[in-house]
Amino acid sequence: MPVVQEPPPGRGGAVLEVRNLRVEFPTRRGTLVALDDISFDIAPGEVLGVVGESGAGKSMTGAAIIGLLEPPGRIAGGQILLNGRRIDNLPYEQMRRIRGREIGAIFQDPLTTLNPLYTVGRQLIETIQTHLGLSDADARKRAIGWLEMVGIPAAAQRVDSYPHEFSGGMRQRVVIALALCAEPKLIVADEPTTALDVSIQAQVIALLKGLARDKGTAMMLVTHDMGVIAETADRVAVMYAGRIAEIGAVRAVVKHPSHPYSRGLMASIPPLDRRVEHLAQIDGAMPRLSAIPQGCAFNPRCPEVFARCRRERPELLEAGGTRAACWLYDPASEKRAAETMQHG
Amino acid sequence: MFAFIISRVLQAIPVMAAVALISFAMFAYVGDPVSIMLGQDFTEAQRQALIASLGLDQPFFVQFAKFVANAARGEFGLSYRLSRPVAELIAERAPATLELALCAAVIAMCVGVPMGVYTGLYRHSWLSRFFLTFSLVGVSLPTFLIGILLILVFSVWLGWLPSFGRGDVVQLGWWSTGFLTVSGLKALILPSITLGLFQLTLIMRLVRAEMLEVLRTDYIKFARARGLPNRAVHFGHALKNTLVPVITIAGLQLGGIIAFAIVTETVFQWPGMGLLFIQSVSAADIPVMAAYLMLIALVFVAINLVVDLLYYLVDPRLRVDRAAAKGA
Ligand SMILES: Nc1ncnc2c1ncn2[C@@H]1O[C@H](COP(=O)(O)OP(=O)(O)OP(=O)(O)O)[C@@H](O)[C@H]1O
Ligand code: SF4
Ligand SMILES: [Mg+2]
Repeated sequence: MPVVQEPPPGRGGAVLEVRNLRVEFPTRRGTLVALDDISFDIAPGEVLGVVGESGAGKSMTGAAIIGLLEPPGRIAGGQILLNGRRIDNLPYEQMRRIRGREIGAIFQDPLTTLNPLYTVGRQLIETIQTHLGLSDADARKRAIGWLEMVGIPAAAQRVDSYPHEFSGGMRQRVVIALALCAEPKLIVADEPTTALDVSIQAQVIALLKGLARDKGTAMMLVTHDMGVIAETADRVAVMYAGRIAEIGAVRAVVKHPSHPYSRGLMASIPPLDRRVEHLAQIDGAMPRLSAIPQGCAFNPRCPEVFARCRRERPELLEAGGTRAACWLYDPASEKRAAETMQHG
Repeated sequence: MFAFIISRVLQAIPVMAAVALISFAMFAYVGDPVSIMLGQDFTEAQRQALIASLGLDQPFFVQFAKFVANAARGEFGLSYRLSRPVAELIAERAPATLELALCAAVIAMCVGVPMGVYTGLYRHSWLSRFFLTFSLVGVSLPTFLIGILLILVFSVWLGWLPSFGRGDVVQLGWWSTGFLTVSGLKALILPSITLGLFQLTLIMRLVRAEMLEVLRTDYIKFARARGLPNRAVHFGHALKNTLVPVITIAGLQLGGIIAFAIVTETVFQWPGMGLLFIQSVSAADIPVMAAYLMLIALVFVAINLVVDLLYYLVDPRLRVDRAAAKGA
């Protein structure tokens, strides 16, 4: 029986608050809504896992937070607050100072995220100097310190090596050092281990989690790996077709998912298959942005669909320990009673 | 590093041998040097003596071996037209061509690279569109037409710049330079623009395409995500990564600039090797033509080597791959 109650949005003291975020892509054939009505927050030191099928909008959410949506994509509504300060409408230069300094970002593929022509030391030093204004010698010392902290052996020598001289796992450690070296209060990690060898994924996640805990850093962790979510995250957001389908404490969402989509997602975790491309339990595929059905976006695939789902779009509703965007949890829904008997 | 240079030099040998064969074939089969040199009145004995002295009665391979041995020493015999040693003629004309090519290359790089960076960064600005349209003109108009248009505007109408020749030159040992006099510098402007324009637009388009490519990469996104200022992202991370292909093309183009100076030199009556070559072609002066061909081939080979070395300096991955390959 889930006991942890998902707090309503807008509680004080959060590092990151995302409120009704909407991201649009103007195209020749009309405006695509890539993210709609996304709301969540992350408390200091908390890890929010973000899961969902490919194309659900997970990376897009991260890009909106760090202010690097690719044009013509733009924030068309809502707010993003960092430590209570609005950052979604800042001019480029002000937002640049926040990136790296207050929000660190980690990308998926360490083989391509490092500049091949600069030594790792140079990349670390330039980041440190950009944000902390240290002297060359101090910045270098700090760079070596960070390489040690992320577990690069012989850091004092390796600092002058080029990225291609490191293995994939070591490179992702360097990326982590780069994201953390100015000590941001929030990390946006977009599938930090997906591109890595299975045998080192756990180490890298453990490192990331350890550093975040030591520094009290909040983290938004996008991943396809439910094992990582279960082990690392405090709360989970399940995304579907640009919206949040369900959000809540990790135990509640993983063990007792309320939204029919989350149930399918959790049931379709094959232990070895790292990427959830097709859901074993749910037929069909996520709709393209240009063809999102009316009502609940999940209704063509939903085993529990009923009339209201095809007419009206559900908002996040209290759903026994989590919040789920599903009409099953609306007291006014005619089908609710029957459904709770089946699944309760 | 040393082994790398040696291997490159060895690779150049077949190329040079092929060019030597073509040059030699011109000697052997194009035109008839004997009748050219003898003129109208001669006896059969004189003819035989000349054939023997030119070595034309010897077997093909002996002749070719001799030709290569002489070429390696820079000896191509006497010009049929001017009756002076070819090497001397070329040495006389080389400074004019090299100074012209240098100016053209500097213009092409110094203007082409910034224009490419600008059009890559600000794709939609009207200035970028203007540059791109302008570059189309540069690519599509033939060199001689550009030269003539420039002469028309700046020499004939405005009268600012000379329309032909090198102006006054100063002799520094065997090198004659136009860089030290006002008239020499003025005379360089129009020909070097004419010669460099094509390469300029080419470099601009290349840098632009590479910039667009590089700006899409993950490491540029990550550099932005780390909060680096645009200056560092664009001119450090992005530009440096575009340089590898740009160096290659620009380097090869430099060879092209020297080779294709022929047209520009003709339009501007520039007293360089290209003009010498054109004059030699119309007079069937085969020793000069052969020497010019060999020299241009040598220039291309040398530039290729330098480009490879630059690669080596810019891209750390090559250094290691080579080292690893050697170890394996
Ligand atoms: N430039 C663009 N124009 C229009 N739509 C876009 C553009 N870039 C991304 N999208 C769409 O936005 C949606 C969200 O993409 P996003 O990359 O955030 O997915 P994701 O959840 O991170 O998926 P994955 O697990 O594959 O990384 C996708 O449907 C994608 O097709
Ligand atoms: S709202 Fe209806 S269609 Fe959507 S998930 Fe709930 S039951 Fe299924
Ligand atoms: Mg993604």
